[in-house]
Order: sequence, then structure tokens, then C-alpha cells
Amino acid sequence: MVKVAMETDQSSCGCNEPQQNRCCSSKPLEMLPMYAPEDHRQTAADDVPCCGPPAGPASGMHEKPGYIVCRFVEAFADTPAGLVPRVKTRLAPQDHLGTLRVRVGIGRNDYKVAPGLYALGWPDANAPVLVTANYKLSFDFLRSQLAGVHAWLLVLDTRGINVWCAAGKGTFGAREIIDRVRSTRLDQLVNHRKLILPQLGAPGVAARQVKKGCGFEVVWGPIRASDLPAFLAAGCTAEEKMRRVTFSMAERMVLVPVELALTRKPLLWAALAIFLLSGVGPHVFSTSAAWGRGVLAVLACVAGVLAGCLAVPCLLPWIPGRAFAFKGALAGLAAGLVVVLAMAANPNLTGMSAAALIALATAVSSYLAMNFTGTTPFTSPTGVEKEMRRAIPLQIGAILLAAGLWIGAAF
Amino acid sequence: MHVLRYIDDVVTLKLNEDACVGCGACTLVCPHGVLTMNNRKARIVDLNGCMECGACAKNCPVGALSVTPGVGCAAYIIQVWIKGKEKAACGGPGCC
Repeated sequence: MVKVAMETDQSSCGCNEPQQNRCCSSKPLEMLPMYAPEDHRQTAADDVPCCGPPAGPASGMHEKPGYIVCRFVEAFADTPAGLVPRVKTRLAPQDHLGTLRVRVGIGRNDYKVAPGLYALGWPDANAPVLVTANYKLSFDFLRSQLAGVHAWLLVLDTRGINVWCAAGKGTFGAREIIDRVRSTRLDQLVNHRKLILPQLGAPGVAARQVKKGCGFEVVWGPIRASDLPAFLAAGCTAEEKMRRVTFSMAERMVLVPVELALTRKPLLWAALAIFLLSGVGPHVFSTSAAWGRGVLAVLACVAGVLAGCLAVPCLLPWIPGRAFAFKGALAGLAAGLVVVLAMAANPNLTGMSAAALIALATAVSSYLAMNFTGTTPFTSPTGVEKEMRRAIPLQIGAILLAAGLWIGAAF
Repeated sequence: MHVLRYIDDVVTLKLNEDACVGCGACTLVCPHGVLTMNNRKARIVDLNGCMECGACAKNCPVGALSVTPGVGCAAYIIQVWIKGKEKAACGGPGCC
């Protein structure tokens, strides 16, 4: 079944020199079937009688030994640049589960799709080319926003990293774009010479270098994939708000699970150290004290983690102070006080111990909140370095103070 | 961004207005609207809103903009202090 591409804006065509034997209007794409038609042969009388249910479907036409066709592919288009998979624009439960999994930090360094050319809808030689990273989350976000759009998708090999981070690392860069355009023979596929790049790729891509390297001009698309349909419909122009990055509560909270997951191993080591320190006392080492007191300190530590990794991101605009280390310290102080008040009846909680717990929670929260600066879209690295020079010595001091008070409280 | 602001007066963004040719690329790529076009020249209108991502400097055809973008990640910066820039590595695959 073939269709003429719709909704492609004329400005993305740019076809000034008609190619020989090819007119600027669409050349229909041939879509190949995924499966061979079922072969309904009847079994002959002398064949082995059927046992059990009928056999499952035959393998797809595009599977090859060593390769499986991805679940998000729904057809293959036969193009001048070879076979191009057309991807679904509706996410499957499997995709949502994958999103959930990487959002809690599991396997997010190996969540990729193969780089190269994909098709959305029924694009033709005039259809726009959208460029993205091969992090599957980026890929899924993009295709899920583009139902009804006909475009080519050029996926770069960013080693499974999202657009903005890859731009910072240089993997979403002019070199990779040029190489990918060449290797996919994109110039044989489209009549125009424009690539629509996500705006957040800009830190890694000098547009004029791309033009020089492969002849394609960079058009800066909106920041969010969800604005792409409107952007394309408006002839590849963006309103100002499409070009501004935001950091809403929802956008902050979605980062929290990974921040928490990254504290798992350090927390384990901290707990070990805490139990050892907690047992130190007049009887050299007491395991009952190690446990009885240790539990309190671990609780304070966890409170510090929740303050720095959960409360600070959530309440970011409302916590006083510009420096994140300061915001974290305030949140940690509050968390420490909560623990001390909640455990007030505990006999292990002397005055000195309480002070130690509060210092611990404050230091932990301050450090973790400071670390969160690397996950925000508005902190300058120069500013981060400035606040770190002041905050880290204070954080170390607070930890040492907490340890000293804690051990001292046992005597 | 207007609601969320970071530390003021530290940003290293610099614009050489004499060198600017007025192409407007910087205003297209900045995610925070730090620059605008004024009389066919770029102008910084919100220096403290800059996050030093480097998109403007990267895309300026005449090098009129400069910024020193870093990683901005605490773990990495600590490593630079301890091990020096050569040996500092990003936190590893589990990091960013």
C-alpha cells in the first residue's frame, strides 16, 4: 500500500535543480510486507497426523540470522537509499516498561537503537529529515509525538546517550552527522538539503561545519519533540517559547529516582562505617552499641539522602539561597531535626548524639544537593565550581564533627 | 528562565560586539534567551541566565562569542582537584 506524503511543508523542499528523471513531486514508496503470505497447504492423507495445536507464524521476511526485527518497526520501505524501517508512532507496553526501567537507573547505559535511517509515516523525497540520538528514550519520545507526520528520521550514534548530554560530550556533533549522512546515502533519498536538528544539539554542532562536510544545511528545530508538529506546520519556524528550556516540578521529579539509585552503593559503605564507629566506646567495642546506636545514625544518613535527592529537587525554587549546597544544608538540617525529634524517646539519643545526627544529615544533604547541579539545565559550571570550593570543606568539616561527637557521646 | 536563577556574576560568557556580523545564530540556539538581536548586532540581555552550554560560541561564524563550558558535575570537579585534569574521569558509565 503506498501513499503520497502529506503535511510536509514546502519550505523544507528547497528543490531548485530538478534531478534528471525525477520530478519534485513525490515518488511513491514501495512498502514491503513484514511476513510472507501464509501458505495454507493441506496435509496429504499419508502425512503424519496433526498432533497438538497448529504451528506458530513463519518468521518475518526481514529477519536475518543474527538479527531480529525491532518491535517498533511496522514495515520496510524500499527507497533509493535501500530498505528503511518505518517505525510505529504509538509506544507499546514494552517501550513504557523500558522507560520506567531506565528512569530508575537500571540499564540506562545500554538502552539504544541502531543508528541510521528510519521512516515516520510515508515520507517521500521532499519530506523533512529529523535528526536525533540513538538513546532509545530520545527515540521513543520523538516518534511518539509524530503521529500523522511524514518524515525521515536520521538517528546518530551517540553511544546511547541523549541529545543534550551527547552534544556536551561531542558525540552529537558535526563529524557524526556528516558520517551518518554519507553512510545512509541520504542525498539519494531526499531532493532537499536540510536537516532539522533538536536545538539542544547546538552545544555540540557547528552548523556551518555540517554544511561544509556533507552539503546539508542545519535548521534548528524546537527544544521539545512535542513542539515538532507545530514547528513543521509553521514552515520550520519556532515561537520563542519553543526555544526556551524549562525545569518544571514534573521535569525535576522525573530525575529523582536515578539520583536516589546512585546513592545505593555509597549508602551501604556509609552504613558499614557507621556501625563500626557506633560500637566504639568505653568497652573498646560493643556490638549492641554498634547496632543500637548505628541504626539511629543510618536513619539520619537516609534522612540526609532524602533531603538532598528528593526534597531539594522537588522544592528547588522555594528553598532559600542560590547555591545548591546551601539549599541542601537547609533541607538536611530540617531532616536531621525531624529524625532527632522522632527518636527523642530513644535512650541512645543524648544531646551530643543528637548534634552529631543533625550535622550528619546536613552534610549529606548538602553534598547530594550540590551534586544535583549537574542534572539541572540552568546552573553554570563556573558557578558550580565556585560553590563547591566553599561548600566541600564545610561538608567535610561537618562529617568530621559528626563523627567526633558521635564517638564522644559513647564515653 | 525567570523563576529558577543560579549564582550571579560568575558566568564567563563574552561577546565581542565589533566582531559580530549580525547573523542571529546565537539567538536561535540559546536555550535561555540570553542574547537578542539589536540593530543587526547581537547583545547579551540576561548574562546571569547563561548556563555556559556553549551553543552560541559553537555556532558563531566569526568567533565573536566565547564561553568556558565545563562539566558542571561535582564528582568530576573533585577528581580534577585530586588527580589533575589529565587523570580525572567522569564518574564512569553509571554517572551522566
